[in-house]
Amino acid sequence: MTASQIIFYILSAFILGMGILSVTSRKIFRSAIWLLFSLIGISGLYFWMEVEFIAAVQIVVYVGGIVVLIIFSIFLTQQSGKEMQKAPMMRMIAGALAVVFGFAFTYMLIDRYGFKPKSVVFDNSVARIGNAMLNTEQGGFSLPFEVVSILLLAAMIGCIVIAASPSPSKGGDKEAPSKSPPKEET
Amino acid sequence: MIPISHILFVSTALFFIGMYGLFTRRNMITMLMSIELMLNSVNINFVTFNKYLYPEKLDGIFFTIFIITIAAAEAAVAIAIIINLYRSHKSIDVEDATEMKY
Repeated sequence: MTASQIIFYILSAFILGMGILSVTSRKIFRSAIWLLFSLIGISGLYFWMEVEFIAAVQIVVYVGGIVVLIIFSIFLTQQSGKEMQKAPMMRMIAGALAVVFGFAFTYMLIDRYGFKPKSVVFDNSVARIGNAMLNTEQGGFSLPFEVVSILLLAAMIGCIVIAASPSPSKGGDKEAPSKSPPKEET
Repeated sequence: MIPISHILFVSTALFFIGMYGLFTRRNMITMLMSIELMLNSVNINFVTFNKYLYPEKLDGIFFTIFIITIAAAEAAVAIAIIINLYRSHKSIDVEDATEMKY
């Protein structure tokens, strides 16, 4: 075994172990922290595959953005020291059976497919990605880029409208979106 | 050289771990975390296929970038909805939000 293989297996065990802890931990805050470690492991896997740009985006967006957002929402909605109630035994057994059989069948298909990797060097420099992203000709991705930018704008406005604090008069949930002051604050 | 099926083993296992969390949890934030795990396993798949099977193209990288973007937007909207639901129900358990069930 070369060093590269050893690193890959350590990273995989780290990702899967942290993922399992994240979905089984009974304390919600610990669960979020295990998720954080799992995402860091995945970005390590991207570094191992030498796709540095995706690894950097993974760290910036997931670890720096989404996990922090989740932790803030835990602080806003939960008593984080309290244990969550345990799932019913029947549901845990049924879920575990479904997952184990689904995994077995899927992996059997993958194992028998026989992928044949090409030995061409994969050029994924940031310059090439940027050129392809703003290219309007064949093989360019400028249309999905624009669509995603509109989607982000819509999601941002939607978040502000949904989570804006309701007006002082009770039961005014429906009027809340038409009020402008919460939007101007951000 | 690692065979591709070993990398796909990791992503498949991660997908089904997320699925187990989605089946057993009833708290909305933890369900959202399971969904994030599943999206990440899909990203690993895209990058692997692009790097080892079609190294002259960039489509998998772009799919990964767009999935990460959309996952961020989705998490933000979901958390806004969860906080709004917590304000009205004082609970973020999916069993407690059943007004639109019937």
